[in-house]
Amino acid sequence: MQELLAQLAILIIAAFLGFELISRVPNLLHTPLMSATNAIHGVILVGGMITLASDGSFAIKVVGFVAVFFGAMNVVGGFWVTNRMLGMFRPPRPRVKKREG
Amino acid sequence: MQVATFLAYLVAAALFIVGIRRLRTPETARSGNTIAAVGMTVALVATLFVIRFESLLLIGAAVILGSVVGAVSAQRVQMTAMPQMVAAYNGVGGGAAALIALSEFYHLQAEGEMSLVAAITVPLTILIGSVSFMGSVVAFLKLQELAFAGSVSFPLQQVVNALLFVGVLVLGANAVTDGAILPFLSPFASMAAVLAASALLGVLLVIPIGGADMPIVISLLNAFTGLAAAASGFVLGNYILIIGGAIVGASGTILTRLMSSALGRPLRKIIFAGIAASSSSKGEDQEDREVNDVGAGEVGEYLSDEAEKIVIVPGYGLAVAQAQGPMRDLMEALEAEGKTVLFGIHPVAGRMPGHMNVLLTEAGVPYAKLYDLEDINPELEDADAAIIVGANDVVNPAANDKEQDSPISGMPILNVEAAERVIFIKRSLSPGFAGVDNPLFYDTDKTMMLFSDAKQGLQDVVEAVKGG
Repeated sequence: MQELLAQLAILIIAAFLGFELISRVPNLLHTPLMSATNAIHGVILVGGMITLASDGSFAIKVVGFVAVFFGAMNVVGGFWVTNRMLGMFRPPRPRVKKREG
Repeated sequence: MQVATFLAYLVAAALFIVGIRRLRTPETARSGNTIAAVGMTVALVATLFVIRFESLLLIGAAVILGSVVGAVSAQRVQMTAMPQMVAAYNGVGGGAAALIALSEFYHLQAEGEMSLVAAITVPLTILIGSVSFMGSVVAFLKLQELAFAGSVSFPLQQVVNALLFVGVLVLGANAVTDGAILPFLSPFASMAAVLAASALLGVLLVIPIGGADMPIVISLLNAFTGLAAAASGFVLGNYILIIGGAIVGASGTILTRLMSSALGRPLRKIIFAGIAASSSSKGEDQEDREVNDVGAGEVGEYLSDEAEKIVIVPGYGLAVAQAQGPMRDLMEALEAEGKTVLFGIHPVAGRMPGHMNVLLTEAGVPYAKLYDLEDINPELEDADAAIIVGANDVVNPAANDKEQDSPISGMPILNVEAAERVIFIKRSLSPGFAGVDNPLFYDTDKTMMLFSDAKQGLQDVVEAVKGG
């Protein structure tokens, strides 16, 4: 019971924190934001690893294996494509001379 | 759970938060992504210390396979196909959550430790994860234009959905009560049926939504996958899953709300009345009204000789025509003549939130020139020209007409009317996605219509500007 309450508290705080953090991201960066948060839900891979490591019949191992496969694809693909995308966001190019300070 | 692993999860959570925080500005965003990836690595490595050593081989094999598929697809995907990519990752994330919950159900049963918490969160995780998985598959097929084009609906769709949902609840209850309701179904078979029924529900929920509403679907599925991950955290009693899932759930929810307000329609209407948008697009007879039909030369001349401040409004039609390059050329040609060029980007200009920004950035347009809806409208007031390429609905003043009940009424628009002249580069007078005629087309004093393919039209205008 104690544990469950702690988990609920963490869920609520993390959700509010998420709202706060994400509301401040400008439209310009919404696609990279979504693709980065996409990668973050790949944290489900942690769950996949835990469940695949437990005992089980062959069928259950297959289920766990697919879960880990999906999770790994989610994590690696998500961070990779976000990085690729953000590499394209260049500051104004040098030949458009900008004099600041 | 070992204390060290728990502490490592807290570090990982902190790194996720710092990473997302840095996504606020383009200068820091890339490092933010890297920081979040480091956080993920910390969480994964810490998990290795709480699982049995013998299973590492199997886990390693699955991780390597998944990583290779993920990396190759991430490296190859075109930026125009980002929405599909995001849908695919949403799907696998949700699918993983559903499978984990199913597998944990087996373990809990074997140990005879079915708590009330597990009895609620296991079916819930399977429901959300499975809906997210199949919903994403359908969204992917739609975006890739492989199947389910437009809005697919059938009679009594809502009733079927409701029955499926009730079925999921009954099957779930049966599974966690050891077959108290349907004794002929074993608990595990019953839980597997929850997964199958939820998957079907995912398909049915997404097939009626189409076209301009796709950004909503993508955001919503993102939120769902986050929720599924958080729910699986309760199943496994794992804090990092709860924290990561909750943050993603919040992110998806915010983006969904933003998108539905950018479309000017409540979420409920988009999900349960996906048909509304397509109904009026059946090509009503266009009355022969006069338009100011111009050539590229004329447009080039006006831009060169009379315009100083020019706002370009790109829509998804631009990406369809692969005209981002010529658009950048036009910007450069105009800037070479000392003009100011800005871009006005409507939130729903692409197929997912912020998509058009990425496409223009990829083509080499500096991000400082990309303006939001709220920021560009004041700029349009003193602009000499607004050039609209491959967009119509997002600049249609008919949206402001509250009396008229059109699919776009109430949608916030880019107020191009405020500019001195309005130039449309468009293939024909046909109205856009929403099928609502644009009164600006017929304002012959203000508007110039250049009837052309977006790519060809822009190239011609560039030539005209350079020549003039």
